[in-house]
Amino acid sequence: MRHLMNPLDFTVEELDRLFDLADDIAADPSKYAHACAGKKLATCFYEPSTRTRLSFEAAMLNLGGSVLGFSDAASSSASKGESVSDTIRIISCYADICAMRHPKEGAPMVAASRSGIPVINAGDGGHQHPTQTLTDLLTIRSLKGRLGGFTIGLCGDLKFGRTVHSLIAALLRYSDIRFIFISPPELKVPDYITDQLREQGVKYEEFIRLEDCIADLDLLYMTRVQRERFFNEEDYVRLKDFYILNNEKMALAREDMLVLHPLPRVNEISVEVDDDPRAVYFKQAQYGIYVRMALILTLLEIKV
Amino acid sequence: MLNVGKIEEGFVLDHIEAGKSLSIYHHLQLDKLDCTVAIIKNARSNKMGKKDILKVECDIDTLDLDVLAFIDHNITVNVIKDGEIVDKKVLTLPKEIRNIIKCRNPRCITSIEQELPHIFVLADEQKEIYRCKYCEEKASESTYAW
Repeated sequence: MRHLMNPLDFTVEELDRLFDLADDIAADPSKYAHACAGKKLATCFYEPSTRTRLSFEAAMLNLGGSVLGFSDAASSSASKGESVSDTIRIISCYADICAMRHPKEGAPMVAASRSGIPVINAGDGGHQHPTQTLTDLLTIRSLKGRLGGFTIGLCGDLKFGRTVHSLIAALLRYSDIRFIFISPPELKVPDYITDQLREQGVKYEEFIRLEDCIADLDLLYMTRVQRERFFNEEDYVRLKDFYILNNEKMALAREDMLVLHPLPRVNEISVEVDDDPRAVYFKQAQYGIYVRMALILTLLEIKV
Repeated sequence: MLNVGKIEEGFVLDHIEAGKSLSIYHHLQLDKLDCTVAIIKNARSNKMGKKDILKVECDIDTLDLDVLAFIDHNITVNVIKDGEIVDKKVLTLPKEIRNIIKCRNPRCITSIEQELPHIFVLADEQKEIYRCKYCEEKASESTYAW
């Protein structure tokens, strides 16, 4: 029995098979409409996350399965002090697979070690959110036709952004990728990541202004720059516009550059960009469903 | 100069960084053994300037070398039989250590889950970096408590 805790749990070959399956689902969803009939997904969300939970639930419903679960710790037995280990033993009696989000880092791993059913980490604190990374990879593969051989710009909060760190780690397994990091000096990508890039001979550059490098990019991955991350208000006001994507900046970009964002977007992408065909962040949410459907089928070892 | 006599059977831990012998005494749980133990602090050393030494008269099998290697793998472990050194154990960093140090990351599941063992995994042998198995927080002097 397998679980998914970290995007690197699957080998590149296993990811290829997962993405092939996701492609097949996208091409003919009706073929999979009853694949999980009689199966139940438990969504154990100890903290609210509407999009991720609904994405998992929609994925299971699309496969003809059922869903049950809770959407915050207050409505679970955790409020009575029950441990994660005990909860998953009980859930194993009720469901066939579990997606767990927990504010404590490593909680889904503890669950997996005690579980009788596959466990998917649906986000554990600031640690991992593997299905977001799988969604990003599938989006890139589907819309660019390949994973590798491109220049990707990562923009915004690169210091604390967990989705960015996971995506970099996942992309490092593919060849010929050049990274461009665009962030305020306070929110630069951590040293351990740039050290790793240097050790592996991977090309990267760092910029403060998006305008200075956007013309070079095949992909732009936007994240939010939060006001509270800055040391003072003056710096925030001075720098924030560098990280807001609008039509003016898009005019500098290539015709085939794609804009991705893990969502929710707050104000880092102007609404006017939404109509640009290069803005694919809403399509990304659709790929998130396909990859979760493929993941559920893979972990339940269901062949169609 | 203080002289501590030879032991007939047991082990001598040499080249302990000065000041660390008491910590090692506790982590090897030598206080629970009913045998002779000599703790020598600040002995003169050509190599280290000063060092600590532990001499224990007991069976070598009672020693948890994993713990010792994690604390300091430069320590020399001499096995003594009939008053002579019969073996020198080479310490290698353990792949995993369990309940030796605690994860201090307040966001880690170990901070709330009942009776969950604190496990650290050797993440980088060259740099001697251990990370919490659950949250991957790096073990360092400031983040863990003995």
